[in-house]
Amino acid sequence: MINAARGSLLGIEHLGAEAILGMLKLARRMNPQKPRPLLRGKKVLLLFYEPSTRTRSSFEIAAKSLGAITTLVQSSGSSIEKGESLLDTGYTLRALGADVIVIRHPNAGAPLLMAQHVDIPIINAGDGMHEHPSQALLDAYTILRHKKTLKGLHVAIIGDIYHSRVARSAIHLLSKFGAKITLCGPPELLPEVAATLTPGLHITRTIEDAIRGVDVLMLLRVQRERLVGMKISLQDYIRRYQVTMPRLKLAKKDALLMHPGPIIRGLELTAVVADCPQSAIVDEVRNGVPVRMAILARALGRAR
Amino acid sequence: MRNKENHSLLIKGGQLIDPTARINAPMDVLLRDRRVAEIAPTNKIRGGADEKFDARGLIVAPGFIDLHVHLREPGQSYKESIATGTAAAATGGFTSVCCMPNTHPVVDSPDWVTWLQAPERGAVVNVFPIAAATKASKGATLTDFRALQHAGAVAVTDDGKPILGDAVMREALRLAAELNFPVIQHAEDTRMTEHCSMNDGPTAFRLGLRGMKAEAEASIVERDVLLAQQFTGARLHVAHLSTAEALKAVRRGKRSKARVTCEVTPHHFTLVDSDIRDYDTNFKMNPPLRSASDREALLVALADGTVDAIATDHAPHASHEKLVEFERAAFGITGLETALGLAITRLHREHKIPLTRIVELFTAGPARVIDLRGRGTLARGSHADVTILDPKKRWTFEAAKSRSKSRNTPFDGWQLTGKAVATIVGGRVVYRTG
Repeated sequence: MINAARGSLLGIEHLGAEAILGMLKLARRMNPQKPRPLLRGKKVLLLFYEPSTRTRSSFEIAAKSLGAITTLVQSSGSSIEKGESLLDTGYTLRALGADVIVIRHPNAGAPLLMAQHVDIPIINAGDGMHEHPSQALLDAYTILRHKKTLKGLHVAIIGDIYHSRVARSAIHLLSKFGAKITLCGPPELLPEVAATLTPGLHITRTIEDAIRGVDVLMLLRVQRERLVGMKISLQDYIRRYQVTMPRLKLAKKDALLMHPGPIIRGLELTAVVADCPQSAIVDEVRNGVPVRMAILARALGRAR
Repeated sequence: MRNKENHSLLIKGGQLIDPTARINAPMDVLLRDRRVAEIAPTNKIRGGADEKFDARGLIVAPGFIDLHVHLREPGQSYKESIATGTAAAATGGFTSVCCMPNTHPVVDSPDWVTWLQAPERGAVVNVFPIAAATKASKGATLTDFRALQHAGAVAVTDDGKPILGDAVMREALRLAAELNFPVIQHAEDTRMTEHCSMNDGPTAFRLGLRGMKAEAEASIVERDVLLAQQFTGARLHVAHLSTAEALKAVRRGKRSKARVTCEVTPHHFTLVDSDIRDYDTNFKMNPPLRSASDREALLVALADGTVDAIATDHAPHASHEKLVEFERAAFGITGLETALGLAITRLHREHKIPLTRIVELFTAGPARVIDLRGRGTLARGSHADVTILDPKKRWTFEAAKSRSKSRNTPFDGWQLTGKAVATIVGGRVVYRTG
């Protein structure tokens, strides 16, 4: 169906469990402190149509740790601003000698379009509300640093699931490995249709029910501007869905608290929660580098 | 075959289906002087003809009428022209097409209506312009309905841009009622569909695309039906109806004294939203492909008579407008050459809707919607517009060979059953299979 170049990473949904485990295993052998010149001389194009701090720098550091050359192309200040199409930009980068394109784009499906027409591996660094596969992989990596297996793990995903590519990728990944997932949020940010994404998803509107007894809490950023015009006010949201210490205590003692960032202290979680010992938020950022090293090594056939 | 004034053509040995005349029988049809001169049982027509067409094993039907076609002229001839669009129409078996006014500029004046019908445009089938209901289709000031009608427009619409204002729509229906003029509405509450690129539902959620809710269509149809009921003789036609909810409103309208009609496209009775794979923009159109239950409701309504016409919403676009991110791609697909094949394959063969009903949906039905006199039937004296089709012909649609300028179709490579064999306009064969 899709004739994407080998090594492309477009999403978690169509990825097999084997491939996922392979990448996680490879990531464990990657260490940015001990650079390996696996990608010496390779050109990694970072094509960012949206602002990004952590994903962009994480891919850049990962690429450089493997000896690759990186070039950042952003929509502002480039020919994209002049109206060049996505595919023409892709062909241009290919002609410049790109060996792999890492793309972040506001439209769902943009990396797939690129992969169907440009014959080098395409890495999806987040496309619209669709997927953010490298985030899901680093989250799985982070969970597996603390938990033996994903199978049977109780995971609560809380917040703005509707707009979240992180949530979609995480749900696909965790479902593939038999985790039990509860989604929690107000209907505007978590429509009932979300339960159809994978089999066995459970939805609750009550945060206490979502958190009680879970092994992992995954929080999502709630954008203030998205609450504008909705039935729920910011104060209401905070009252009903903010993760506080008393609420966190409903989870298992060794529960892991995760968040893809950027976090907004005082909104989806309190500052105390963000900094509590169970918080893996900083770990996630740290783990992003070896995971993305693995993704890039695999993309360029240097998965050793 | 030239335009000799009293040229005659005898169509012999075919099965005539004329829903208006309630004929479904072996009949010969004699066309002379651009009109139907005679219909009679096989071999009963005496006297010769300049030309004969052997229609044995074929269905002879009134010329097909498509109420909803974008010919893209004036202004967008890189997508389609009247010449290429009508050539595609002829290939699909259509002898008449109604062209939509959302061109550049918008067809909102009698001059443009006249321009569309000029012989220089090179149309190979009849072109019936539909004019804009409001100036520049901005939804604010009504156009001059009387002058537009006088210039040859068969209806008014702001297609693509619904008339949202209650007062404007009410006034459009009131004025049009006085002129016995249909108002065609693209029913979409655009306040509810901003940034949406497909139907709301599980597929949209999975793909991370914002979804158009069925209510956005149904709420406008409901309102329009209520408004139409206020004026005796008001005629409301719902374009490309796609949801079960909107059908309910149409049924209510049909039970009232208002004249409410609707059309359904082949893609909406064939495909559903979950058919959208890999963000293929050839599956992006407006209204979007809907849920399986909406499609089921359309099939019921096509069979039971609630739907008045099959219309293609033929919407050609250049490749650079489609080979882009799904959310940025133009809405619309071509449809003139696949409509009949899809109708026979899906409606007749799969869903057992009789051929007579399918012919009605392409002929008498649309003719009634816009009151096309002497078309949509082959009664003696009617215009000599005939579609001859082979309902058993198996063929493969190849987009690359389309007569349209554009290739934006989800049906490329589809195996279909049923095809137009010849298309006759004004007694002249304008298309014939090789």
